[in-house]
Amino acid sequence: MEDSFQAALQSVHESTLTKLAQAVTEEELNRLKIETLGRKGKLTLLLRRVRELPPEGRRQAGEQANTVKQELEAKIEELLIHLHDEGKRQALAQEQLDITLPGTPLPRGRVHPITQVMARVVDIFTRMGFQVEEGPQVELDYYNFEALNIPHDHPARDMHDTFYFSDEVLLRTHTSPVQIRVMENRHPPIQIIAPGAVYRRDSDISHTPMFHQVEGLMVDEGISFAHLKGVLTFFVHEIFGQGTPLRFRPSFFPFTEPSAEVDIGCVICKGEGCRVCKGSGWLEILGAGMVDPEVFRIVGYDPEEITGFAFGMGIERIAMLKYGINDIRLFFTNDLRFLRQF
Amino acid sequence: MKVSFNWLKEYVDCELTPSELADLLTMAGLEIEGVEAVGPELKGVVVALIASIAPHPQADRLSLCRVQAGEKTYAIVCGARNMKEGDKVALALAGAELPGGVQVKKTKIRGELSEGMLCSEAELGLSTSAEGIMILPPEAPIGAPVADALNIRDHLLELSVTPNRGDCLSIIGVAREVAALTGTRLHPPTPTLREGKNEVKDAVRVSVSDPDLCPRYSARLITGVRICPSPFWLRTRLERAGVRSINNVVDVTNYVMVEYGQPLHAFDFDLLEGGEIVVKRAAEGECFVTLDGVERVLHKDTLMICDALRTVAIGGVMGGLNSEIRDATSRVLLESAYFSPAGIRRTSTALGLQTESSYRFERGIDPEGVLPASLRAMALIAELAGGEAAKGVIDCYQTPLPCPKIRLRLPKVSALLGMSLEQKEVKGILKRLHMEVKENGGEEWVISPPTYRGDITREIDLIEEIGRLKGYDHIPVQVPKMWVMPFRKEPEEELEQRLKDALVGFGFYEVITFSFISPHALEALRLPPDDPRLLPLALLNPLAEVQSVMRTTLLPGLLETARYNLSHKNRDLKIFELREIYSPRKGEKLPEERRALAGLGMGAVTPEGWNILSQEADFYYVKGCVEQVLAELKTPAPTFTAGEVQPYLNPGTGAIIRLDGEKVGALGELHPEVAHVFELPRGVFIFEFDLTIVSNHMSREITFAPLPRFPSVTRDVAVTIDAGISAEEITAIIKGVDNKYIESIEVFDCYQGDPIPHDRKGLAYRIRYRSPDRTMTDEEVNEFHQGVLERLEKVPALTIR
Repeated sequence: MEDSFQAALQSVHESTLTKLAQAVTEEELNRLKIETLGRKGKLTLLLRRVRELPPEGRRQAGEQANTVKQELEAKIEELLIHLHDEGKRQALAQEQLDITLPGTPLPRGRVHPITQVMARVVDIFTRMGFQVEEGPQVELDYYNFEALNIPHDHPARDMHDTFYFSDEVLLRTHTSPVQIRVMENRHPPIQIIAPGAVYRRDSDISHTPMFHQVEGLMVDEGISFAHLKGVLTFFVHEIFGQGTPLRFRPSFFPFTEPSAEVDIGCVICKGEGCRVCKGSGWLEILGAGMVDPEVFRIVGYDPEEITGFAFGMGIERIAMLKYGINDIRLFFTNDLRFLRQF
Repeated sequence: MKVSFNWLKEYVDCELTPSELADLLTMAGLEIEGVEAVGPELKGVVVALIASIAPHPQADRLSLCRVQAGEKTYAIVCGARNMKEGDKVALALAGAELPGGVQVKKTKIRGELSEGMLCSEAELGLSTSAEGIMILPPEAPIGAPVADALNIRDHLLELSVTPNRGDCLSIIGVAREVAALTGTRLHPPTPTLREGKNEVKDAVRVSVSDPDLCPRYSARLITGVRICPSPFWLRTRLERAGVRSINNVVDVTNYVMVEYGQPLHAFDFDLLEGGEIVVKRAAEGECFVTLDGVERVLHKDTLMICDALRTVAIGGVMGGLNSEIRDATSRVLLESAYFSPAGIRRTSTALGLQTESSYRFERGIDPEGVLPASLRAMALIAELAGGEAAKGVIDCYQTPLPCPKIRLRLPKVSALLGMSLEQKEVKGILKRLHMEVKENGGEEWVISPPTYRGDITREIDLIEEIGRLKGYDHIPVQVPKMWVMPFRKEPEEELEQRLKDALVGFGFYEVITFSFISPHALEALRLPPDDPRLLPLALLNPLAEVQSVMRTTLLPGLLETARYNLSHKNRDLKIFELREIYSPRKGEKLPEERRALAGLGMGAVTPEGWNILSQEADFYYVKGCVEQVLAELKTPAPTFTAGEVQPYLNPGTGAIIRLDGEKVGALGELHPEVAHVFELPRGVFIFEFDLTIVSNHMSREITFAPLPRFPSVTRDVAVTIDAGISAEEITAIIKGVDNKYIESIEVFDCYQGDPIPHDRKGLAYRIRYRSPDRTMTDEEVNEFHQGVLERLEKVPALTIR
């Protein structure tokens, strides 16, 4: 009797372990669990038989059967948890997307590249302490020329091919008239920049009849050419990068003296010489100088008391160099394929 | 101006290469825009002496020459006839390649050996002259390369001279700069002229009636000249300077102009009536034919050179056809003068005629250079054209031009340049520039600039010269002290920034178009005839009609941009422009410049993807943009009304935008007729804002509303009404129900078509009820909603579905 119990227990133990090893689904396991450990399960039935065993072996047989029961319960439970996790994992694996498909497109717009570069330039100067001033684009000859020390019969007028509305009224050829308008209305110290559209009668791959400039003016006691170099060096390094070489070259503007043109090391060839810099390694980007005493006299300042510097730059030119644009007209045809790139 | 490097080096010691010199001049304010190597290399072409010439036995037109070059003698068959024994010629030896690509070979011509080729100027690439072979000057060394013997190889420096530096519009002027910059010696030409016995003043009378326009006028006379082509060296130099060669006398006047910077004019003295020159203003409306054969109408301020009877030249600008040098000319009157720069400028601008001469006069020449240039030219004419120069020179110089004396203060120099400079250095610089420096006590001097530097009249001009010669690179880089200035941000600036940010956020691209437009573009907008936008400011000198009037609306630029993009297959567009428009003002010289905003949407307004469909532009999309933009500006909620919209909008789909009842803009579909003119399809939607008014309604204030603590309940109601009734009218009726628990009313459907009769439409509203202090029960809400339904039922012709 005992032996047969032992044999039956061993048989249930082994057959269950064998089935356990073969079970691959939660369903099979649950069935096995019921078959073995359920109310009518083989092991449960076997355990009930312990009572029927002779008293001397009953205890030992009971312990043996319980050990087997605990072992099987634990193993089935463990395997059930494992299969459950595996099932979830496999189910999630079914959800794998083709992540190489493009993302849903969202509408995007941009401000015009000229607006962007203008904002950069204005930001650099306002951080230094310059204020933004504006003036009219339809301007009087007086402000555009006369008050800037460019009299009617002066050859310097050749430097500006001008659009006229009448003898007296024109489209400003530079942002410099804003200097005069500000100085007429305020006392020094003055530290302003004047961004805006300007116009010259010229149209080809490097000229459009409308373009944009930023003018700068600083007037105070004791302002020197060294200060002009200081402000413009900072500006060039901010806009074109630290370490950009620059040079100040004597030039002529009727409203500044001494006058200078500012060149930067060619951004295309890094100074080696290329088509863009005409082989010189340098690119002209700015005109500047100390405000001519005659201009101060015209606006009623005393040139013995105060000095100042002024500068002006073309925004299209800077944008073309920064972005490698070779045709200025692209800015004003507003082709969407162009605008999208900025 | 093109400056010949070889020519320059005749007047100044210069050890620099052409490109080093270009850098030096550029950094001193004489910008060199390019350096060009010129002149053919002529490898294998040497100077040869013609030892003998014999006829070719087989051909009448050919001759057999024996020419000597170096140690050897060569047999050459030649077709030209202009040479004689003892002439020096250019011999291209076998193996030479000529500029035209001709390979010279040893060959037999009609049975006779020819070991090379005697070349014409054209064959050498030196001119277009193919008449006969080139005869070289007798001093050319036999056997030497022709390129060296003729000094053909040269570099041209393309010099861009600023308007203040008229003194550098000459070879000597540039040489002076080089000498000052490098500290080397200047050696200008020293002409010698053998004059005859006859006095010039016995043959010629000169009077200047208008010395304000002509402060100095000088004349020399030479008789018995022979007019012929100029020698090779002269022609080459002129051509390389960009001046066309005419004849020996005219070429000399141009040569000396380029060399000295003094424009000269040569008259055929036999064509001057009465042997007289009168310098005076023209009669208003007088006609005159200039050298170029063009008849020109003169003003009373034009300065004329006349003889006893008639006008013979426009002073300082161009000579006349009636007195020009002809082949038969034998007596030449040479004019050298100083004309008023402003006067020449006025004349040349009025006539639309700029010449090498006027260009120099208007920039100011050296009043003391008038006579030396005249002497130099007379000496060259005598050398090249023969003849006898009359004795002396007539020089009308009634009131000598003032020579400025300028006070220069060293501390001022240092303060302005921002660097301290030593007295010695400053004086050294001034002296290199040929300034006269007189001590004036302390750190002050009185400076007299040389007469050719008419641009230097003030202390600041001297400071510039000191900075320039010192080199701007030596001036330190120093950041100035800045002031803190309390400037407020203008509301317009704030508005523009927020508008752009909002529109870009909704996917719009900013465009910038020209401020001038075509008047036809305005006419195409269907504006009524009295619309002020049809009266734009017009340019006197536009580049083209399409850019001839200042825009009074942004629309044409936007529509043109749409047309351009459409024609380049960019069919889906969302663009805006925020720029100035220009409205003329009565009684004001300048127009009003006001910034406006206009936007345009066409085609797909949202992007299409593999998982999403795009949305086509329609009225409601653009209206949504307008509402969102205004929400970004925190204006009150806008209202939209149909009627009295802009004439360029489709009347059925146009709306006026209002804020607090005030008109701030318009939106709608572009009128099909306008679209047609701009080659655009139907379905172009636009919006416009008046920024001034919008800015008045803009706010930066945000007041936080506490989050609701109790849930809301919604109830829907669907109605049918006459198609002509607007959704807003029904909303207003619902709003009119006096119930403080109605939180929002929202249209969630609008339907027309089956089963609703065609003259009616269905609208569905979702009404949200909420109490601030409790959760409402269904019964309560039903009661509120019943109130709404009862109100709606009273609306005539409204059916609740």
